[in-house]
Amino acid sequence: MDLFFFVVFAVVAIGCGISVVLQTHPISSALSLVGVMGALAVLYLLLGAEFIAMAQVIVYAGAIMVLFIFVIMLLNSGGEVRAGRSVIVKVLGVPALAGFVVIIAWVFNSSFSELAQVHFGGFSDGSARSVGRAIFGPYLLPFEVTSVLILVAILGAVVLARKELD
Amino acid sequence: MEFYVISLVKIAVVFAGFMTTLAYLQWVERKVIAHVQVRVGPNRVGPHGLLQPMADIIKLVTKEGFLPSHVHKVFYLLAPFIAVSMALISISIIPFGSEIKVFGYTTWMQLTDLNVGILFVLAISSLGVYGIALAGWSSNNKYSLLGGLRSSAQMISYELPLSLAITAPLLIAGTLSLREIVQSQGGYNFGFLPRWSVFTGPFPQIFSFLIFVIAGFAETNRVPFDLPEAENELVAGFHTEYSSMEFASFFMAEYANMITMTCMTTILFLGGWQPLFPASLGSNYVPPLLLFFFGALLLFNGLNPRRKKDRLSLPVFAVVFFLLGLLFLVPAVKPILVPFFWFAAKVGFLLFTFIWIRGTLPRFRYDQLMGFAWKFLFPAALINLLITGLLVALTAK
Repeated sequence: MDLFFFVVFAVVAIGCGISVVLQTHPISSALSLVGVMGALAVLYLLLGAEFIAMAQVIVYAGAIMVLFIFVIMLLNSGGEVRAGRSVIVKVLGVPALAGFVVIIAWVFNSSFSELAQVHFGGFSDGSARSVGRAIFGPYLLPFEVTSVLILVAILGAVVLARKELD
Repeated sequence: MEFYVISLVKIAVVFAGFMTTLAYLQWVERKVIAHVQVRVGPNRVGPHGLLQPMADIIKLVTKEGFLPSHVHKVFYLLAPFIAVSMALISISIIPFGSEIKVFGYTTWMQLTDLNVGILFVLAISSLGVYGIALAGWSSNNKYSLLGGLRSSAQMISYELPLSLAITAPLLIAGTLSLREIVQSQGGYNFGFLPRWSVFTGPFPQIFSFLIFVIAGFAETNRVPFDLPEAENELVAGFHTEYSSMEFASFFMAEYANMITMTCMTTILFLGGWQPLFPASLGSNYVPPLLLFFFGALLLFNGLNPRRKKDRLSLPVFAVVFFLLGLLFLVPAVKPILVPFFWFAAKVGFLLFTFIWIRGTLPRFRYDQLMGFAWKFLFPAALINLLITGLLVALTAK
């Protein structure tokens, strides 16, 4: 059952990922990205990380992507026109992609030859309780530093917006 | 196997009940608003307009689904589907009552209990924005686009105070599962005051309750925050171009979101299915007494009718009320009905408040709406969370 769901949602994630690149209209691409986020959330759920799965949906699919779509709608940008591809892309594109896939497969096969249950960092179950204990225990410093980093980013955005206004 | 059969039966019951509530909530809203504005409201189809929802459904289903020529077809058809499905999913984890025994099976009056239940509801409601945003954009119409933009900005802004207001009672309950949140609010202080999170210590969640309800109005796009469909500015906002079932989907989504929001308020702040005062003081007899009282009132009005046709309809309703009241006294069904009554009574009262406020308050201006969320509700929710966290940490054993 787990394998079945894994295959289904992995295919959905990859399909949506390809669709993000192939779509010509920005809204279609953004919605495909939402599909990738949703499928990833289900994959987290299959790994037993229910808190991270829900956070994935709330933060990425529910907040960040809504802002993306909001901005696209505000600019009301239409579909992009496909430019002719360069000769290098036409000749080397597919072989380069195939080579990349082969390298990735080889790396995984050689270093993780015995596939076992995947674990997230130092804790084995993904319940809200253990995620909270990890964040406010061993990972307290990185967590706080990240929040300062985000604060700096917000201040930067405010400063930039101010300059525009004056 | 037994599990699947029970689950299917429960799904059928919840779905049927939910759909009926959706249809009749609209009738209740029209009646209440009508009486607030000193009108009669729907009264043509059936006695007291009680068959009006059926007539509306038949009208909406049989209407031609008109597809304007200038829309983005895929997104235009996808948007109402997203809106209504995201609005209907949340009901699957709402606990309506306590554990019950039916024909020897023990089960909960809840479809399923997730250990991240609250987060699930938040996740689903945050995905509901896509329905409205896409509808506004794909209609290719300036009013729809403005409605969609307003709605996405409003829902993103009000999600912050909403989530922060949820966090404070969660600190007291110490769990994310909806069923356990309700269970943690059982029991009474001083023998009569219920331990609901609006009443109990270490810090009564009354502020958080108010913030949650206000943000809930904005999340469901209801008056006074119904800017996305402000008809004097935007025709009908994001659903201007929609007709027939697509329009009905948005309508259903709005009412389903209202029900979800009131259920969440009840579970988080008002103790879910826990009664207002202990059973030792006779709380089990409140539902039959209320029903008998309203039955007697109906009977009295039926015997002294103001209109001729009330002579027949009101006594019939009175008999129905008396029978329902008697049902609450049967020992076999009492443990099923009484918790559900308390849950439904709280949800019903909150829904009535939603409608009442729609009939009372004027609409905000758009800058007032945004300023209110960011400059007042958000800081207030943060301060409330800070105080609650501090007191919970200090009183922890």
